[in-house]
Amino acid sequence: MKLIRPYGDTSHDGKIQLSFTLPVHADGQGIEAAKRLATQLGLLNPQVVHAEDIHEGYAFFVVYASVKFDLDLDQIHVEEALTERKSREEIEVILQENFDRELVFVGASTGSDAHTVGIDAIMNMKGFAGHYGLERYRGIRAYNLGSQVKNEDFIRFAKKVNADVLLVSQTVTQKDVHIRNMVELVELLEAEKMRERVILIAGGARITHELAKELGYDAGFGPKSYAEDVALYAINRMIANKSKP
Amino acid sequence: MNQFHLDPSIIETCRQDAFLIADEVLSMVEQHSTVSVERSVLRLIGVDGVNDLLEPLPNMMVDEVYHHGDLSKGISRYLASALFQSGLNLTEFQQAYLKGQVQLITPHLEDLDTCRNVLKPYLQKTFDRIAKNRDTRHRFLEKETPRTTDLYVIVATGNIHEDVIQAKAAAKAGADIIAVIRSTGQSLLDYVPYGITTEGFGGTYATQANFQIMRKALDEVSKEEGRYIKLVNYASGLCMPEIAAMAAIERLDVLLNDSMYGIIFRDINMKRTFIDQHFSRMINAKAGIIINTGEDNYLTTSDAIEEAHTVLASQFINEQFAFAAGLPEELMGLGHAFEIDPSVENSFLYELAQAQMAREIFPNAPLKYMPPTKHVTGNIFRAYQQNTLFNIVTQYTSQSIHLLGMMTEAIHTPFLQDRYLAIQNAKMIQTSMKSISEELVIKEDGLMANRAKKVLEDASLLLKQVKESTLFQALEQGVFAGVKRPQDGGKGLDGVFQKSPDYWNAALDLWEVSR
Repeated sequence: MKLIRPYGDTSHDGKIQLSFTLPVHADGQGIEAAKRLATQLGLLNPQVVHAEDIHEGYAFFVVYASVKFDLDLDQIHVEEALTERKSREEIEVILQENFDRELVFVGASTGSDAHTVGIDAIMNMKGFAGHYGLERYRGIRAYNLGSQVKNEDFIRFAKKVNADVLLVSQTVTQKDVHIRNMVELVELLEAEKMRERVILIAGGARITHELAKELGYDAGFGPKSYAEDVALYAINRMIANKSKP
Repeated sequence: MNQFHLDPSIIETCRQDAFLIADEVLSMVEQHSTVSVERSVLRLIGVDGVNDLLEPLPNMMVDEVYHHGDLSKGISRYLASALFQSGLNLTEFQQAYLKGQVQLITPHLEDLDTCRNVLKPYLQKTFDRIAKNRDTRHRFLEKETPRTTDLYVIVATGNIHEDVIQAKAAAKAGADIIAVIRSTGQSLLDYVPYGITTEGFGGTYATQANFQIMRKALDEVSKEEGRYIKLVNYASGLCMPEIAAMAAIERLDVLLNDSMYGIIFRDINMKRTFIDQHFSRMINAKAGIIINTGEDNYLTTSDAIEEAHTVLASQFINEQFAFAAGLPEELMGLGHAFEIDPSVENSFLYELAQAQMAREIFPNAPLKYMPPTKHVTGNIFRAYQQNTLFNIVTQYTSQSIHLLGMMTEAIHTPFLQDRYLAIQNAKMIQTSMKSISEELVIKEDGLMANRAKKVLEDASLLLKQVKESTLFQALEQGVFAGVKRPQDGGKGLDGVFQKSPDYWNAALDLWEVSR
């Protein structure tokens, strides 16, 4: 058993700080409301150190208070994620150290899917939510073919540029049309004898790693996955493949 | 004001080279039009509305001619002829068109004089409205003391009604400019969504109805505050000129409108972008809308120290494209950003040098200065500190449009309190350092002066290079932001077409006459 509490300036003082806005005025009633909020959160001795009107009927508060319970660190276990997280810069270093050429990623929103949001988030320069896309990575040559790309055209292009990694985005799906489309791609790749030569990754709002594996993909990435995650997974696989006899 | 004593002959050479670079692109632009340019002409004529599938009328009409007629003659002739032959007025015609009772492709096209006469009253009505908008803005602004710096904040709830609440709060707290961020991916839609929208992803759809709602709300606050609150949206992506047309009609004041951003960061075809940006800027010039260029984005991909000269070179190019479209310097919000890694020694001095240099080279432009984003982590306290430094640079160098940095950058769209704290931060700097630029002089021949000199020289070399190879090739080689784009790649190329010798654009035609 290892018991802990937040640390302010003394062991086990349990001190934390909060800041928030309430739809109140910064008057006596408002300050009391802020205090009650902290009390009902289970905090001890809340001190409203700052209260300020920031808009008609809205006030901003800064509160200090103490936590009255311990956490047992020994009871906290975390499932390790599929791959660890690394930053773009760290990934660029891995690329530089392990490959003497650019890795080629080809991505598309395939089949009837007209949405490019997913594939753009992973591939476009600007990326998504502060996570820059693969186009921005030194050591990666990224081709984003956009939306409604036929599986045949996708494969033809992948062949032409000697793709190492294929990214398939499926954003919107009706009646599981995306599953048929995803399976068809695997079949076509096998017919072309390309399946073994590429890392095949699926992504999209309804894609899970489990589903992707089941359909014959190497990996699947759902919501809250970013370019770093996709890149790191693919690169680790390629490094592992290199060391195979 | 002029502290760096930069060599005016180098600056002049940069402008001349940028002129030649833009001129070469413009000779391609002149021979071409795009589906979005044609749709904007329809919007200026007054075509508006959607069918049951929410497909906008401008798209339906341009698509009809694209597929079944000869769009190289321009959409104007088709609409004018169809109106003339149907005997309907525009409103009646649009209703009949939606019901499938009339079409744009008619047995023959009418002669130019007939077409001109048919469309003129409609266009004139829109142009009068745009002129009235300029006048309204002017009347608001002439009543107040001009500000050196406008504080710019963003709202992005996805719901226009919620945006209004946040925008009003920000304006009352001291923001001068409100930008409504667009829903993720709107820039890649080849149409402008229609009507009032209450759902978006990371932003709110830019629609004419939403523009109207926000303008009305900001006018109310402007009156209450005795200060004109400017409204911003984004004329970028595949519908650049259409957004400009709608913004002109609804009295927006500022538009993000870069000549190359779409190419570099959205992979939109370069011909499409150059043609669209030209027409959109002509509309902006007509409407008195300030453009904001997107050089700040370069530094999110490239290193802000190494690539500072690409920002300056691009500013020169954007300036020439803007001149060519008839925009005066007063409407050129050339962009740059505070993006140097703060852990670099003297990074603040380099930022100050870059901002001061931009101010000196473009003295009359309402420079748009963007806050730190690249080196902002989830540590909100550190971000607040970085934003303070950024605010100081603006105060010292008199940046005109100052986009406030948020301590919660890249965490979530700003909370009410985030925006309030950001405004308070800027206000404290504005007050506490009010006369700093009059009191502190930059050392001659010091680190900052030499940095500015070096950036200008590098920009000059780069412009010379681009001039020799053409801007198309420079973009293919990845000169800006390190992104390479092929001339015939990217989105939207199929919407570009060569004008036939009898191409006619009714809006341009009337502008020429009234000029």
